[in-house]
Amino acid sequence: MNARTRNIYLVPYLLWIALFVIAPIVLIVYYSLFNVEGQFTFSNYAKFFTPVYMQMTLSSFWYAFLITAFSLLVAYPAAYLLTKTKHKQLWLLLIILPSWINLLLKAYAFLGLFGTYGFVNSVLELVGIGTQQILFTDFSFVFVSVYIFIPFMILPIFNSLEELNPSLIYAARDLGASPWTTFRRVVFPLTLSGVKSGCQAVFIPALSLFMITRLIAGNRVITLGTAIEQHFLVTQDWGMGATIAVFLIIAMAVIMLLTGSRKRGLQDDGKKKAV
Amino acid sequence: MMARRKLSNLYLVAVFVVLYAPIFYLLFYSFNSGGSMRNFESFTLDWYKEVFADTRLLIIVLNTFVIALLSSVISTILGIAGALAIHYIRKHQPKNTLLALNNVLIVSPDVIIGASFLILFTIIGIKLGFTSVLLSHIAFSVPIVVIMVLPKLQEMSPTLIDAARDLGASSWNVLTKVIMPYIKPGVFAGFFMALTYSLDDFAVTFFVTGNGFSTLSVEIYSRARQGISLSINALSTLIFLFTIVLVIGYYFLNQRNNRSTAVGEGRR
Repeated sequence: MNARTRNIYLVPYLLWIALFVIAPIVLIVYYSLFNVEGQFTFSNYAKFFTPVYMQMTLSSFWYAFLITAFSLLVAYPAAYLLTKTKHKQLWLLLIILPSWINLLLKAYAFLGLFGTYGFVNSVLELVGIGTQQILFTDFSFVFVSVYIFIPFMILPIFNSLEELNPSLIYAARDLGASPWTTFRRVVFPLTLSGVKSGCQAVFIPALSLFMITRLIAGNRVITLGTAIEQHFLVTQDWGMGATIAVFLIIAMAVIMLLTGSRKRGLQDDGKKKAV
Repeated sequence: MMARRKLSNLYLVAVFVVLYAPIFYLLFYSFNSGGSMRNFESFTLDWYKEVFADTRLLIIVLNTFVIALLSSVISTILGIAGALAIHYIRKHQPKNTLLALNNVLIVSPDVIIGASFLILFTIIGIKLGFTSVLLSHIAFSVPIVVIMVLPKLQEMSPTLIDAARDLGASSWNVLTKVIMPYIKPGVFAGFFMALTYSLDDFAVTFFVTGNGFSTLSVEIYSRARQGISLSINALSTLIFLFTIVLVIGYYFLNQRNNRSTAVGEGRR
C-alpha cells in the first residue's frame, strides 16, 4: 500500500479524532478554569473540594457501586444458567432485546409500575403489606438502574463463560473438587475478565446517569451526571460543570486502569484472530 | 438433580419476567380507555389515533429517522476509512495510540460527550439544532464502526491484496473489488450498531439539541417528566414492534453472513 492511498484514509479519520476526541477534552479542561463571569480562576476546583461536592461525589460512587454489585449478583447466575440451556443464542438474544428498547420508555414504565396506585402497590396491598411510597426513593433508583444495566452485565460474562474450556471443569471434578470449590477456584477466576468488563460497562454509566435520577428518584439522588447536567443546562455555570466533568474523566481513567485497559483486550483479540 | 434443574429454570424465568414486565405493562395499558396506568377500563385504540394525529410528534419521529440514517451512513464511511488507516499503520506505537483515541468516545459517559460537544459547537459557532445533533451522532458512531470493521480487516490475508495488485488492479479497484466484499459483514454490523446507537441516544442529543429541534428520546423525556400520558404508551408499543422487526432483520442478516463465510471456508 503506497503512502498516498493510506493518507486518503488517514486524513478524514485524524480530522475526526482531532475535532471530536481531542478538542472536546481540551475544551472541558479549559472551561473548568473559568468562573461564571468568564474570569480565569481555580475557584471551581476549590469549590469541588468543599463538603457539598465531596458528599455528592461519595454518594454518587456509593450508588454506582450498589448498582454494579446488584447487577453482578443477578447477572452472573443468569449468565451461567444461560450457557446451560438449549438454544442459548436465542435466549441470549431475548435477554439482550430489552436493552434495545429506549431507556426512557423503560424508566417511564416504572413510573406506572411503582406509582402509588401502580401494579406493585396493588400486589403489596393484596399481600397485606399495604401501600408504600416506592417512587422517588433510593430503592427505586437502584432497582431501575440495575434493571437497565443487567443485559450489559450478562453479555460479557456469558461470552467469557462460553470461552471456558469444559475439560477444565471435568478435570477439577475428577480431582475431587466439590461444585462450590470448582466454581470458586476454576470457573470464577477464568471468567474474571468478563466480570471486569461487565463492571466497567455498568459502573461508568452508573456514575453519570441523570435521566433516571430525574424521572425515578425525583431529584432526591444527585449523581455526578445530574450535577453536570444541572450546571450546563439549568444554572448555565459551565465552568463548574466542566470541573465536575474533569473529575468524572479522571475517575473513568482510574476505573479503566483498575479493571485492565480495554485497549489491551482488543489487541489480544486481534492477535488471536491473526493467528 | 431434577430439583436443581427446576430451581435454575425458575431463576432464569424470573429474570425474564422482570426484564419484560415493564415493557408489557406499557403495551397493555396503551389499550386502556381509562387514561392512566392503574385500572384497565376497556379496550380502545384512541391513543394510537392520537399518536397518528399528532403532526408534531410525527415530524419528530421523521427527524429521528433522518438523523439515524444519515449519521450511520456517514459514520460507516468514516469508520471504514478509519479502520483501513489503523490497519495500514505498521508501527506499533502510533497504531496503539490511534486505537486508544478511537475508544475514548466508546467508554466516555454520555453526559461528558454531550457537555463537551455543547462547548465545542458553541465555540465553533454551529447553531444548536439539526446540524449539531447530526454531527454529534456521527461523532459517537464512528468508533463503533471502526471496532466492528477492524477485526475483519485483520482476518483478511494480505496475499489477496498482493494478488490483486500483481494482476494490475488500481487502489480503487483493490478497495471496491477485494477489500469491501471481504469486510462487508463487519460493515453491516457497524452500520446497524450505529443505527441503534443513534436511535437510542438520549443524553448526548439532550445536550446539543436547541429549542426548535427534538428527537424521539428527548420528546419522550420531556413528556414523561410531565407525568403519565397513555399516548406515550401507544408510541412505545409502536417502537417496540419496530425494534423487534429490526432485531429479527439483524439476526437473519447475521445468520446469512455466518453461513456464507462457512460456505466460503468450505470451498477453500
